[in-house]
Amino acid sequence: MTSTTTVSGGFIPVCRLDQLEVERGATALVHGQAVAVFRTYDDQVFALGNYDPFSKSSVIARGIVGTRGETPFVASPVYKQAFDLRTGACLDDEGVSIPSYEVKVEDGVVLVGPRLKHPKRG
Amino acid sequence: MSTRKTLVVAGHGMVGHRFVQAAIERGLTERYDVIVYGEEPREAYDRVALTSYYEVGADALSFLPGGQYEDPRAKVVLNTQVTAIDRDAKTVALSDGTTQAYDVLVLATGAAPFVPPVPGKDLQNVFVYRTIEDLQAIEEAAKTAKAGVVIGGGLLGLEAANALHQLEVETHVVELAPRLMAVQVDDAGGATLKRHIERLGLTVHTGVMTEYIEGYTDAELVDEDAEGNTDGKVSGLKFKDNDEVLPVDIVIFSAGIRPRDQLARDCGLEVAERGGILVSPNMQTSDESIYAIGECAAPGGRMYGLVAPGYSMAEVAADHLLGGAGEFLGADMSTKLKLMGVDVASFGDAFATTEGSLELVYSDAVAGIYKKLVISEDCTQLLGGILVGDASSYGILRPMVSSGMALPENPEDLILPASRGTAQIGMPDEAQVCSCMNVTKGEICKAIHDEELTDVPAIKQCTKAGTVCGSCTNILKNLLTEEMEKAGKAVSKAICEHFDHSRQELFDLIKIGKLASFDAVVAAHGTGRGCDICKPAIASILASQFNGHVLDKKTVGSLQDTNDAYLANLQKNGTYSVVPRIPGGEITPEKLIVIGEVARDFGLYTKITGGQRIDMFGARVEQLPDIWKRLVEAGFESGHAYGKSLRTVKSCVGSEWCRYGVQESVAMAIELELRYRGLRSPHKLKGGVSGCARECAEARGKDFGVIATEKGWNLYVGGNGGAIPAHAQLLASDVDSATLMKYLDRFLMYYIRTADRLQRTSTWMDSLDGGIVRVKEIVVDDALGLGAELEAEMAQHIDSYFDEWKATLEDPEKLARFVSFINAPGTPDPNISFTEDRGQIRPVNFDEPVSLGSSIPVGAPQ
Repeated sequence: MTSTTTVSGGFIPVCRLDQLEVERGATALVHGQAVAVFRTYDDQVFALGNYDPFSKSSVIARGIVGTRGETPFVASPVYKQAFDLRTGACLDDEGVSIPSYEVKVEDGVVLVGPRLKHPKRG
Repeated sequence: MSTRKTLVVAGHGMVGHRFVQAAIERGLTERYDVIVYGEEPREAYDRVALTSYYEVGADALSFLPGGQYEDPRAKVVLNTQVTAIDRDAKTVALSDGTTQAYDVLVLATGAAPFVPPVPGKDLQNVFVYRTIEDLQAIEEAAKTAKAGVVIGGGLLGLEAANALHQLEVETHVVELAPRLMAVQVDDAGGATLKRHIERLGLTVHTGVMTEYIEGYTDAELVDEDAEGNTDGKVSGLKFKDNDEVLPVDIVIFSAGIRPRDQLARDCGLEVAERGGILVSPNMQTSDESIYAIGECAAPGGRMYGLVAPGYSMAEVAADHLLGGAGEFLGADMSTKLKLMGVDVASFGDAFATTEGSLELVYSDAVAGIYKKLVISEDCTQLLGGILVGDASSYGILRPMVSSGMALPENPEDLILPASRGTAQIGMPDEAQVCSCMNVTKGEICKAIHDEELTDVPAIKQCTKAGTVCGSCTNILKNLLTEEMEKAGKAVSKAICEHFDHSRQELFDLIKIGKLASFDAVVAAHGTGRGCDICKPAIASILASQFNGHVLDKKTVGSLQDTNDAYLANLQKNGTYSVVPRIPGGEITPEKLIVIGEVARDFGLYTKITGGQRIDMFGARVEQLPDIWKRLVEAGFESGHAYGKSLRTVKSCVGSEWCRYGVQESVAMAIELELRYRGLRSPHKLKGGVSGCARECAEARGKDFGVIATEKGWNLYVGGNGGAIPAHAQLLASDVDSATLMKYLDRFLMYYIRTADRLQRTSTWMDSLDGGIVRVKEIVVDDALGLGAELEAEMAQHIDSYFDEWKATLEDPEKLARFVSFINAPGTPDPNISFTEDRGQIRPVNFDEPVSLGSSIPVGAPQ
């Protein structure tokens, strides 16, 4: 069954939490854009833009998920740059970041919301 | 009209080879066509290691195993000698009767063994010790010989004696001087050396002169050749002032060498008084278009009989031809070698000829150790020394001489046993660490610092230090540690921030603790949740030990890098390529058609790989299961092109079809590929099997290479192509198929157990103390007693093999990953797009993410 689904507050349901593999990503289609959704070991869920500016391809969801210190990150599967799962900031190249999105889990369903605004780093 | 010039090199020995290498590396071939003539039937080989010929064979000694340089502008012509030079016409005459014009001529004719005019020197079984052919003749003669004698107790004479001894011939050494190695060591050092050698069962006669060689006259023992000459065989050696004749069947002359300067003499070039072609400091002879390098040359009237100065001369000549200012200004004649297991070193003013110099001696006759230091009158400088029996401090002492650095307060510490001082003494930057390649401490430290080098193989690669004789390897190790500590970087073996362990340590910890998942490993030995370094490494270790499915969620499913994670190779636009296994490169027409049909039906780009199989590019992640369903149904299985694992075993067509093949290389390649398929390893593994010595499968460019011989197989290990190509080295000769597989099982498992992450077999072998020799001890001699265990581990891998793709297709949980969008599995990713080139697809990348627009319906979570 398919339908154009929008929920109040701009959150869109993309999948059930148990469809997400722990410490891996999945790609979801949100407002026509590819979004990478990740579930970490402590069952937090994050969403980033799936487009990798370094390789110019839509692959972020297929990277390895881990931690650098306390920072949860995903490493691009192409050239391995790390992105902060919380903010989309590239940990290896200060000037670069990718979009990050609000995410919430309600009744076991993962919902992706609007793009997060982050204060400039520094 | 071509403006290219011709550079002719006469002689393809070690120095001639080095010159051609330098010419290629430094761009001389941009202007010159290089032709090098070698009179021997084989290309340049390691004459310094000649004695190891009996052990490793001619191939292992070769410097140019392919017979030609990669640069086609440099050509090697063997079996051809330059016989005359016409300086006016600028041509050389060749032994095949032709002539060759030159613009520049480089003489690298080397030296010839000196045979004194002793009566009987032309008898049969009288040899010299210079070429592989000499060694082959000695080997043949040794089959029927009981005793042999080497005339000459110098460095080379002792090498020859060692060879005779290894051939199980009762061996005598005769030396005119009162001691062995008279040029390098003093009487006490010579006496120590003599004791060592006699303990091995050889007999040494010093201070005696050979009067004549006696031959058999018994008709039965006279060999008649076609012309009716009756050259008898050697029967004994008669000394002067001694009536008894030493009964021997073989005589080897090793009484020094003489420069081969006849070509130069014949065409009127100036030669030195004591022989050798006179050259300027930039290696030009008295004719400026002719250079001379190596043992045939005499810079400043002096001839150098060592390879290191010859290499310097080759570099200087190449530099001068390029307009450089390099000059040869003499060479360090220091020597360090191991003779029959005995260390001998001599450096600087070993004989205390400096006025007022003092000698400091340590001698332990029981242990067979003799060490002498020569120090300046004021006790502040080391001038030279001699080490016999233990030369471990040579690496630190020789640079102290060449740099003139101040002696420590208690210089005796330098030669006392277990001297604590050696490693800690700081050398000045100018100190030469590698004398073969003339590399200083300063240059090495700068390279470590600037290039951020972290291991010894990288230092060797970058600076060339330690690449000739290897004797400075330990200094390189110390310098590395020193520099890293200085930079505040411990030489950490930790693979990443999450584990304080090297890959090898993790391998052992996982094995001992029977830790079967990343969670268990990180709980026991790590911190955090891992990263893109440790996760794939641990996934590989778990796969090597447990051989489970790489997509198994409970154990390794989240650890895999994207290639393993999708069982395919990620390409630049986010699509994947697919490589089914084609063992040994053998494939039926039916299967070829299936691959063609699959590629056509899914619109894939196809290309033949270097490993003799077919790669299909441009598959979207959601297409992978459908593609593999077709392939598995047709009998294909995963080719593991995506894994750090066995890739292919390449083969030539072998004796089933080839007119020259001596074994069935295709059958062997298939057997090996099927045996080791799916084997996860620290880095990718490739193999090759050639059906004869022509080596069409390029097996020596592989991690393991098998080359057929008349009697069985030669096994080579540690080769690779890529950025730092390496030729595989001989591990075992003429083994049967079962032994071959036994050794390979052991080799591969030992590599998997002990190598670092992403370390290929060649660098792994370099990192082992002893390199191929150590590998041989472990694999062939089973020195660690691990053989059966390693074989059992491999047997377990072979028994538990299954096709990953077939298993994935049978498991809906594993297939869930293969979708474009989790909420719109049927919608292709708009970021993937292709254009066409030469009739096939090619990826297009976008500078921004591509949107499908918000009108695309997506599925709600169910």
